Amino acid sequence: MLDLTPDEWNAVHLSIKVGLCAMAASLPFGIGIALLLARGNFWGKSLLNGVVHLPLVLPPVVTGYLLLLSFGRRGPIGSLLDQYFGIVFSFRWTGAALACAIMGFPLMVRAIRLSIEAVDRRLESAAGTLGASPLWVFATVTLPLILPGVVAGMILSFAKAMGEFGATITFVSNIPGETQTLPSAIYTFTQVPGGDAGAMRLTLISIAISMIALVVSEIFARRIGQRVDAG
Amino acid sequence: MLFVDIHHRLGAFDLEASFQSAGRLTALFGPSGSGKTSIINIIAGLIRPDSGRIVIDGKTLVDTAQRSFVPVHRRQVGFVFQDARLFPHLSVRSNLLYGRWFTPQAERYAEFGRVVEMLGIGHLLARRPALLSGGEKQRVAIGRALLASPKLLLMDEPLASLDDARKSEIMPYLERLRDETKIPIVYVSHSIAEVARLATDIVVMTNGKLAASGPTGEIMRRLDLLPPEEVGEGGAVLDMKVLGHDEAFGMTVLGTRAGEMRVPRIDRPLGAAVRVRIRARDVMIGTERPKGLSALNILPGRIAEISQVDGSQVDLKLDCHGDILVSRITRQSFQTLHLAIGREVFAVIKTVAFDRANLSPGAPLVLTSD
Repeated sequence: MLDLTPDEWNAVHLSIKVGLCAMAASLPFGIGIALLLARGNFWGKSLLNGVVHLPLVLPPVVTGYLLLLSFGRRGPIGSLLDQYFGIVFSFRWTGAALACAIMGFPLMVRAIRLSIEAVDRRLESAAGTLGASPLWVFATVTLPLILPGVVAGMILSFAKAMGEFGATITFVSNIPGETQTLPSAIYTFTQVPGGDAGAMRLTLISIAISMIALVVSEIFARRIGQRVDAG
Repeated sequence: MLFVDIHHRLGAFDLEASFQSAGRLTALFGPSGSGKTSIINIIAGLIRPDSGRIVIDGKTLVDTAQRSFVPVHRRQVGFVFQDARLFPHLSVRSNLLYGRWFTPQAERYAEFGRVVEMLGIGHLLARRPALLSGGEKQRVAIGRALLASPKLLLMDEPLASLDDARKSEIMPYLERLRDETKIPIVYVSHSIAEVARLATDIVVMTNGKLAASGPTGEIMRRLDLLPPEEVGEGGAVLDMKVLGHDEAFGMTVLGTRAGEMRVPRIDRPLGAAVRVRIRARDVMIGTERPKGLSALNILPGRIAEISQVDGSQVDLKLDCHGDILVSRITRQSFQTLHLAIGREVFAVIKTVAFDRANLSPGAPLVLTSD
């Protein structure tokens, strides 16, 4: 059953790598933006909210094309990154990670924002009276209390990355070993005669990975939830 | 020494208060909505006042004229909230140690073991706050504030959300806090029973304005300062000494400047100090020493002050050899007896009018006439 060709193994490996990187890289931004949206009171807040949610409503191909325009080698951001930091996104696995991060970002921000809004702010002022500076209050009170939401956001982001297809293929194409993630590989199989068996193998693996991610997140969330609720 | 002089506007509500207090426990007293809680929030630094100045022991926390404002986490002011606000994700022990961690080593004076023992929370240390009763939560919250070694302890109606049984469970701990620690306490309350029992000084607030401030005894006998629903609880608060016990009849004899008072037997040694609240409505007036009366406490005194409450009632302040008693009687009795300032009268108080507000070993005992 698991007689995968090297290319197929590559696709599995790459998908997980892209998913984890997308999740990890967007986490600090996700928490930051969620904090801004939940607590901030500034001009342009609804605009920011709209921009964050845009990938959710735009066709993924459009998001991918916009990424290509801005982060491509000749794009305004892409050329800057290339020139000053030597970071290239286009047609690299990092580009796939960027596309996945952007696509999963609204889901992550939503989950974290909801948990921040549920935090009892009176606990934070209590921590303040006990001598904790705002940064310490965040680290010792807010963060532990929003942990379930953060975990949920991370899992959503990872799951979105595992399934992301349109934006990725538009932005970084479908290069085996470099940008061919699981969905792209399955898609490729369906386009060639006799690819059914390969598509089925990868589909099953895809299902397995998603299930494992869900179960792990469930266990995590329950543990943290118990700790916080019981407390 | 606490000095407060602030002006703050909250919507249509105008808060203006200026007072100072050197008392061990200063009660901010007044009906809900009178601005008490806003004042301690301002002292704690949770609210920034529009203008004014707050100084604790020579250290300026707020001075809007100088544009100085010490942020809440640098004030070293302990805060016990009405809702205990324990951190749900931490054990009781971690909750208690939370503030200690932020206090510089040299300024830590509160000892963990002593505070835990004083509040009787040793058996709770491993638990989660969600599994505590309301009274236990509040005791842990007090311990948590104390262990941060604050220079001033603020308490915002710490008993208001508890039932009577829990209240009397915590009361002795508050008294120990006042008597055994050196930190000054500012205590917000709308309950006369609490204030009369705990406060050394009282600041009365009405409608965002300061109505009066002074030592407990002086403020408590001014019934006009009390909100209508609490007037029945008002009266004289006197500090007395145990002179002896009458075992045969189950009574204790207390000494005051006004004379001896017989109250139900209390478990306090000879010479112990007892604070007694005598409600004004429990004090009858006789123009001559009554005979054939069941009441045991008959104290001679002189009418020092008369204030008309409304059409039907009159308040009298009686000077009984230096101790002031307050009596509320009907206007009809007042007229029939031809009472006037300077007239010698007798105050009559039933022994059974006193009730043990609480009886807990080691804690100073307070009797309330109710």
